[in-house]
Amino acid sequence: MRRDIFQAIADPTRRAIITLIALQAMTPNAIADNFHTTRQSVSKHLRILSECELVKQEQKGREIYYSLEIKKLKEVDKWLDQFRKLWETRFNQLDNVLATMKKQKK
Amino acid sequence: MNNDLLFDFTVDKPAKTVYITREFDAELPLVWDAFTKAEFIDQWIAPKPMTAKTKYQDFKVGGKRFYAMISPDGQKRWAIQEYTSITPKTNFKMHNAFADENENPELPGSEWDHTFSEENGTTKVRITIYNESLERMEKILDGFTQGMKMSLSNLENLLATLSKK
Repeated sequence: MRRDIFQAIADPTRRAIITLIALQAMTPNAIADNFHTTRQSVSKHLRILSECELVKQEQKGREIYYSLEIKKLKEVDKWLDQFRKLWETRFNQLDNVLATMKKQKK
Repeated sequence: MNNDLLFDFTVDKPAKTVYITREFDAELPLVWDAFTKAEFIDQWIAPKPMTAKTKYQDFKVGGKRFYAMISPDGQKRWAIQEYTSITPKTNFKMHNAFADENENPELPGSEWDHTFSEENGTTKVRITIYNESLERMEKILDGFTQGMKMSLSNLENLLATLSKK
């Protein structure tokens, strides 16, 4: 199943994890220390984020460090930007329609 | 576009809600008509090169607008809107869903809320769109991008033809 990136970031805990690991790569234990939740639950969230390719894992010695895949987050921005452009185009067209309506009213 | 006119676009992804605010250099009754009368909506709602065509509209609470977005190659993408609340020249709400050509909606859809206000001849419109699914928003964008690509390839073909002459 292809995970929806927007579903991945729809969860408050996952958003908090993203904010945490955006600053530095962290181990699951270090991440879990920041939440009033079980280590198991944090692992589940990390797995979902990994499946969306929002985080990457790196083995350092005996520990696995998780860090943020910034490129993937930028994809979200790009998508939003396209959506914004769609509305910009629409509204510019509407400006023209309104200008015509104004003339016809006179 | 007049650059003094406000345009604000924000997306609250977790809340699946899009907030759009735009000012228009026109009096409120005109802007209200442009947003609520099919003959005007059809003129601006489809980003070029797409076009929009309303099959029928009944602007009253419980009434519907059934329309198609048409891509440059003539493909129609039908959608149906149902008006859920109307306060003339102030606010209207509707439910929007893609549909087949027989008006059967493809749920989930989205909830739209439009609020109009005027100050010194400038009309501000606030739009809130709640999408029951974000994948649906992607679908809208796909159609738009395809339309754009198509018009670009049309242009390429035209240029190729012209340069042969």
